[in-house]
Amino acid sequence: MTQPGPADHALDNISWLWRLRLPTQPLLRHLIFALCGVGILYLLTSLLSPYNDYEVGEIALYVIALAGLSLLTGMNGQISLGNGAFMAVGAYTMALLMTHTQLNFIVELLAAIGAAAVMGLLIGIPATRLKGPYLAGMTLLFALALPPIADKWSTTFGGDQGLTTTVPNAPGNINPEEWLAWIQIIGALITLVLLANLIQSRFGRSFRAVRDDEIAASLTGIHVARTKVLAFVISAGCAGLAGGFLGLSTGVVNTGEFPLTLSIQLLAAMVLGGTGSLMGMLWGAVLLVYLPQWSTSLSGYFNLGSGASAYLATIIFGAVLIVVMIAAPTGIQGGLRWTWRHISGSMSRPGAVIPPVSELPGGQSPHVPMR
Amino acid sequence: MGLFINVTLDGVSNGMIFAALALALVLIFRATKIINFAQGAMAMMTTFLASSLLAQDLGYWWAFVAALAIGFVFGALVERVLIRPLKGKSELNPVVVTIGLLVVLEGMAGAIYGNASRGFPAAYSQSGITIGHSKIAFSHFDVFIVVAVLVLMIAILVLFRATTLGLRMRASAFAGEISRLLGVRVGMLLTLGWALAGVAGSLAGLLVAPTSSFSPYYMDLVLVYAFTAAVIGGLESPVGALIGGVITGLCISYVGGYLGSGLQPLGALVLLMVALMARPEGIFARPPARRV
Repeated sequence: MTQPGPADHALDNISWLWRLRLPTQPLLRHLIFALCGVGILYLLTSLLSPYNDYEVGEIALYVIALAGLSLLTGMNGQISLGNGAFMAVGAYTMALLMTHTQLNFIVELLAAIGAAAVMGLLIGIPATRLKGPYLAGMTLLFALALPPIADKWSTTFGGDQGLTTTVPNAPGNINPEEWLAWIQIIGALITLVLLANLIQSRFGRSFRAVRDDEIAASLTGIHVARTKVLAFVISAGCAGLAGGFLGLSTGVVNTGEFPLTLSIQLLAAMVLGGTGSLMGMLWGAVLLVYLPQWSTSLSGYFNLGSGASAYLATIIFGAVLIVVMIAAPTGIQGGLRWTWRHISGSMSRPGAVIPPVSELPGGQSPHVPMR
Repeated sequence: MGLFINVTLDGVSNGMIFAALALALVLIFRATKIINFAQGAMAMMTTFLASSLLAQDLGYWWAFVAALAIGFVFGALVERVLIRPLKGKSELNPVVVTIGLLVVLEGMAGAIYGNASRGFPAAYSQSGITIGHSKIAFSHFDVFIVVAVLVLMIAILVLFRATTLGLRMRASAFAGEISRLLGVRVGMLLTLGWALAGVAGSLAGLLVAPTSSFSPYYMDLVLVYAFTAAVIGGLESPVGALIGGVITGLCISYVGGYLGSGLQPLGALVLLMVALMARPEGIFARPPARRV
């Protein structure tokens, strides 16, 4: 091996930056991340226009829904095409409480989470006996079965008009869009911190054990069925909160907001972001919010008719989904992680081994610390 | 009583259509252990192409045959281009890819043909047959549906049970490695399985289109009903698909007739959940040994 030259020493001097250690305790570390997020987003929302604030809020709510789905699929190996319907359960619960009661706003949101989680329990229990494609089919049917129920009892659920929602009044002279964005961002950060902790806890390890090998997991004393139901319930609860926030964003809750396409888009955004990663869900949510706009300007560029342009986003979404699944199953976050490893690997001392990006679902590093 | 008879008859003809699409799912599941969530969208696409041919003043039967042929080629293409690269990866990957295909196809149909529902002709009269003095809810077209699906089903059964090609297909689905060692072109036969599924799916699409609002999304519900039917039948057996289809059709029809059509998908969900809880392997499949 050659002696490191002066250039290498220069790099070596920088490399302490990359090796800067965060606290090893998960809760503390995640809270630090969350506080950084609060700071950045506070600056962002106060700089942006009200419409951009609205979009930031939408990204936050999709992050919540996607994080739940990512936990279910990436960590636990179950697939759901019905999380859009769980969002509908949350949204309708919140809107019904807003219409008929004078409860505290936080209580209404918690009820939205609770109702979606109970629905997740109902769907999750039979789901524990199902392998991947069966579960996908059953949740697909669930996503199609739920909206017509709201149409059937239209006096309760408001029919086509739906139910209206109200955002609690903003304190001081904050404009309402910024206030709503803040509620949604705080909800998203709390969800992310809780999920990040869960993933590193005993539950997270049993989720992964069940995903990788159910029989081996049950031999180590993990209750497989209970673990799968728990993952399903958590995922549904996240969707319920996201649904409640979606209802707040649009100001109205009706069946048109929760078509089958929503569930499919959630799945697509999760895969594109990087299944199993929480950070990747941010990229997925950004795509969900901005892809329709980008495709509209793209179709304007290519002079497509207005009829065709409405479908361009859908077509791009589906096509990218197929290509990513065949070519790069770890998604955007997997790609970023790979790039990051190469950069930081070349920065650190010579001879350091760069761990390869694994092919596991969710692009998990195989070096999960065993305790 | 009249309502009951009519609802039952309606259930039988719908059930036959579900059986055709369920047969497509079964053919693919047998060959590649994949559930093709894009099967309904593929059928939608071939039916839209048939409607384009009809608009060119081509006769109904030419368009009918053309749709089946396109379905054959389409099925084979999807297997070769999209499904083959996923071999040996997680079983979730094909689910996501077929969902992606579903999204692309519905988007393309929407972009080309628009979102509004349009008409699609039926081969025969759709008004009920008169028996004695009363008109029953079973038309000449319903008779055609039953006959067409039965013919398809028998053709598939004859292929599997009575021909060497069918024997090879069964062998390559049952034990791919060994079949390959014995000189069977397994890859080719998997593609053929997908192609035949494309034909069965196209037939279902052509049969549903006249009786429903024919739009890019008209096969969504039919697909999940067919999935229910295929799961009830065990996902491995064509006869199971037929019986599962009729059970699902009758169940959906009774729910629609007595409780309202909005609750039909919920009825199917309950049926599917009951079926999966009671017999996860389906009625017609032997319980498999779990692979460790």
